[in-house]
Amino acid sequence: MEPILELSGLTKVYPGGLKALDDVDLTIRRGEIFALLGPNGAGKTTLIGAVCGLVRPSDGTIRAFGHDLATDWRKARSRIGLVPQELSTDMFEPVVRAVSYSRGLFGLPPDPERIEEILRSLSLWDKRDERIMALSGGMKRRVLIAKALAHEPDLLFLDEPTAGVDVELRKGMWAIIDQMRARGVTIILTTHYIEEAEEMADRVGIIRQGRIIAVDEKEALMSKLGRTEAHISLAEPLDTIPAAIAHFPVELEEGGHSLCYRGGDGTGRGKAEVADLTKALTRAGIDYTGIETRESSLEDIFVALLGEEA
Amino acid sequence: MIGWRSTWSIYKRELLRFLRTAFQSVLAPVLTTSLYFIVFGAAIGGRMPDLGGVDYGAFIIPGLLMLTLLGETTSNSSFGIYMPRFTGTIYELLSAPVGVAETLIGFVGAAMTKSLILAAIILLTARLFVDYSIAYPLLAMFYIMLVAAAFSLFGFILGIWADNFEKLGIIPMLFLTPLTFLGGTFYSIDMLPKPWDTIALANPIVYLVSGLRWTFYGSSDVNIWISFGITVAFLAVCTGVIAHIFRTGWRLRS
Repeated sequence: MEPILELSGLTKVYPGGLKALDDVDLTIRRGEIFALLGPNGAGKTTLIGAVCGLVRPSDGTIRAFGHDLATDWRKARSRIGLVPQELSTDMFEPVVRAVSYSRGLFGLPPDPERIEEILRSLSLWDKRDERIMALSGGMKRRVLIAKALAHEPDLLFLDEPTAGVDVELRKGMWAIIDQMRARGVTIILTTHYIEEAEEMADRVGIIRQGRIIAVDEKEALMSKLGRTEAHISLAEPLDTIPAAIAHFPVELEEGGHSLCYRGGDGTGRGKAEVADLTKALTRAGIDYTGIETRESSLEDIFVALLGEEA
Repeated sequence: MIGWRSTWSIYKRELLRFLRTAFQSVLAPVLTTSLYFIVFGAAIGGRMPDLGGVDYGAFIIPGLLMLTLLGETTSNSSFGIYMPRFTGTIYELLSAPVGVAETLIGFVGAAMTKSLILAAIILLTARLFVDYSIAYPLLAMFYIMLVAAAFSLFGFILGIWADNFEKLGIIPMLFLTPLTFLGGTFYSIDMLPKPWDTIALANPIVYLVSGLRWTFYGSSDVNIWISFGITVAFLAVCTGVIAHIFRTGWRLRS
């Protein structure tokens, strides 16, 4: 798929020596939702800032829509939108004026119909004349999204869009992101909520200490690094693993009262192997009283990857 | 290439911000100017001789105008850029396809407009207390605009330099106001005893007050061309500093 954003050797060293980005290479494809995951201080916001003009890179190149951001920044920036992590907006302004300002700032002519469409899509139309300070936290965040969409960007950065938002609003936000994707907007999302990336993203990147340590399709990442875990409660305790099931990745737990299987690859192979294991147990005359299986989540993979890198 | 729509958006938003506090913005200079005229014009001015053939009440008008102009222009402009930095809303400006020209024309143009409105209010207020006429009205207007532009740029630099509210207020309060008071607002430099009349010439505000007074009455302490030259030089220095700030991203981009 055609790249919309290409980072090459992107490095940012802050005065004082902190290396927030370390030789980052990353390509974002048109129309995808890319989730950038990482712990606090990993460099997610710095990466967004470097693309959006808030941070001056120390080294490397950024190309957006084929334009080099160092030289052709006007053309590139006019097509990029940013929803910041903090609720940063003039709280005294009415909603519609704030959103119209954003459109004008990006050099577009006034378009009340378009502004109305954006506000309606975000359920803000009824609040258009309210001062932003009078809105709830969730609505304020939606105002920031409306401001970012006002100039009809092709690439949108959402920096922790659901931070501090309750579960219901978070799901509402996911629906909004889905709408934007449907309109063809490419979205780069940073989040602490792995569940969010699992729900929304086409591809996932994991960043740690300024370095991208993994980038892949979400499904591929889960397939490569995913695992199935099964706990089989035995009717009678075992002292050792019987030869009949020794070829399975199993171990005894709870003093031999439970058999634990860890294997598979996130594509369902683990589940099939657990089924084979139970058949093998039956054939060997080993009785069991219960089975509990669990597929590893993106969060497990994330934690495991960060653990490996540490 | 200047993005005029972006420029207009910044300019309009800044003026709307001014209108939010319009009552205070208009009332404060009217009240302050009235008090100055009551104290210096009526109470003290009646006992003062004409200065260079100009009634004392009329003599202090350019100085009072400059006093308000410098203070208001600097604080309007510095506040205009400092607040987005303080609240974090500057992200929008920095991420937009907006360069130094749009930003300056927008912010500085709005600060200048506010100052010109205030100047008009002060002149109208002065008319209630003193009878005066302006010898070179177009030149006076041009000079007011020049000074407003220079100090809007200066305020912009101040707003970028300041990293807390104290710093934002310290320059206007500790430097601009005292220097304006000592810059011939209420007296002619000729009235000072030696060597203070010479020392006073080290105060750059003397040249601004004197320049504006010349456009009003055709006479002043300092040659008009020197006043004009100093104002233009200050404008050029401020423009150069801002161009450098944008080029390096100092205090704007991390």
